[in-house]
Amino acid sequence: MKLNKNTSTILGIISLILILIANSYLIHILKLNFLIEFPTDVSTHLEKSIDNSIEWTIVNYGWFFDYISDNLKYLLGQMRTFLVWVPWPITMIAIFLLAWKIASYKVGIMCVIGLALLAIVNLWEPTMVTVAIMIVAVLISIIIGIPLGVLGSKNQIADTVMRPILDAMQTMPSFVYLVPGIMLFGLGNVAAILATVLYAIPPCIRLTNLGIRQVDESVVEAGKSFGSNNMQLLLKIQIPMAIPTIMAGINQTVMMALAMSTIAAMVGAGGLGTEVLRAMGQLREGEAVIAGFAIVILAIIIDRISQGYIDKRTI
Amino acid sequence: MNDIHIEVKNLWKIFGKNPTQALDPSYANKTRSEIQSELNLITALRDVSFSVKKGETFVVMGLSGSGKSTLVRCLTRLIDPTSGNILVDDKDITLYDQNELRDFRRSKIAMVFQQFGLLPHRNVIDNTAFGLEIRGIKKDSRHAIAEDMLNLVGLEGWGESKIDELSGGMQQRVGIARALAVNPEIMLMDEPFSGLDPLIRRQMRKELTSLQEEIHKTMVFITHDLDEAVSVGDRIAIMRDGEIIQLGPPSEIINSPANDFVAEFTEGISGNRLDELQSAASE
Repeated sequence: MKLNKNTSTILGIISLILILIANSYLIHILKLNFLIEFPTDVSTHLEKSIDNSIEWTIVNYGWFFDYISDNLKYLLGQMRTFLVWVPWPITMIAIFLLAWKIASYKVGIMCVIGLALLAIVNLWEPTMVTVAIMIVAVLISIIIGIPLGVLGSKNQIADTVMRPILDAMQTMPSFVYLVPGIMLFGLGNVAAILATVLYAIPPCIRLTNLGIRQVDESVVEAGKSFGSNNMQLLLKIQIPMAIPTIMAGINQTVMMALAMSTIAAMVGAGGLGTEVLRAMGQLREGEAVIAGFAIVILAIIIDRISQGYIDKRTI
Repeated sequence: MNDIHIEVKNLWKIFGKNPTQALDPSYANKTRSEIQSELNLITALRDVSFSVKKGETFVVMGLSGSGKSTLVRCLTRLIDPTSGNILVDDKDITLYDQNELRDFRRSKIAMVFQQFGLLPHRNVIDNTAFGLEIRGIKKDSRHAIAEDMLNLVGLEGWGESKIDELSGGMQQRVGIARALAVNPEIMLMDEPFSGLDPLIRRQMRKELTSLQEEIHKTMVFITHDLDEAVSVGDRIAIMRDGEIIQLGPPSEIINSPANDFVAEFTEGISGNRLDELQSAASE
């Protein structure tokens, strides 16, 4: 009998599966326990060594984390106090003008309506707290992310190192980011900000890298031919031409920061996320749903404004 | 007085891993495709030598893949040659370090690109002043110079416009103005008019010829179009497979082609057409 290639491949796969199933039965029938239970000794060692290294880090570099923690707390505190201090009509007018200038007056009106809804359900203050966390986290993400993106676009080794790390960061479930924050800074706002930055920074790095790599080679060549040094090339040609892509990255970073800053309520961040958690804990579903919607409204407001900026730049 | 401005001696450019192995004398008689199949190297420039006089318009002509673009990029070291020397004012630019190279690019040479290479986020005047800005010249004075250059290329009053509001021909005028603004001794023109409509191309060619009579820059002009080569060039080098196969004034190229390849190129152009072209160019 003559078999074509596809048929024989399929037959091969089927017989392989059958053999594996038969072996599984065999192992269970013969009660080969060492093949049924996974050897677990390794993991206890691993946990111990991670525990030890964290302890070591805290003992030896605690001052460093304290320093960061103090400064972040101060910055966040100021931001928060300021946002809560500004009377609500002033904030609304400012947001309206911002949205009008950046996107359109329609977006501006929409933002005001959204903010009004937030205020009516008595969530103005938690909203401002969430926004404060988000602003600080986004600022840190941009300050760290754009230079890393530039580095990745210029240096192949840096790019090769960063790529798998960013892949891992983007596939990890968001709760995982709470862990390093708590370990290094304990419960509270600073851990929340660290988690938010870790979660939100990848698109900023990625799209800065991509944007700079995508700059038209002929323009870069022209820049070089007039004797630009590397810094001039970067600041006068590559970054300005990559701005639309970089802004798309920052937009994603902002949205992810919002998502994470609500999840970070679990480590005591405060804000809208905390409202949801508290209401759920007390079985007050109505309040939880309203706080959930407030997060959605805030997300829409922020997205419309930053998307409007990108659209205007790229047209 | 030495009136040789650029002298290129035995220039090679080979792309690939370990390019110098193709320089071995044992490969001297092999063709480009033989070298490619044996060593997996691409010979873009093969033992190219020529010199350009001060104020001359030197045309390098060839089909795509003939190495002409590589050659012009070697002249400002956007591509580093594999071996050979390039003397500009008797100084070997292939030996320049980064700083010397930057000074050389800032002061002596400017290039005009086929795809224009303009900055879309800047207006016309800031594009024109780009080379001066790189040199660190103050805004007022660089804008004044750029304004003059825009007038020279027929773009007066367009300074505040955005680049994408301009037609292709006008964009290339900005490209030329940008190159002229740094007052270079040498202009490299890499197929500057190839991306333009035929009608505009002819007009730009004419304008360039009359501009050149005014400014007398040493010019290396790359093209794949014989009409263009004949009308702008004082001398023409014809390239094929990385080598110069004939070099001489337009009349010589047309009247006594060195081989069948050149003859095929020049077939469409008779002696009369040559006179016509040249008188049209000098109008």
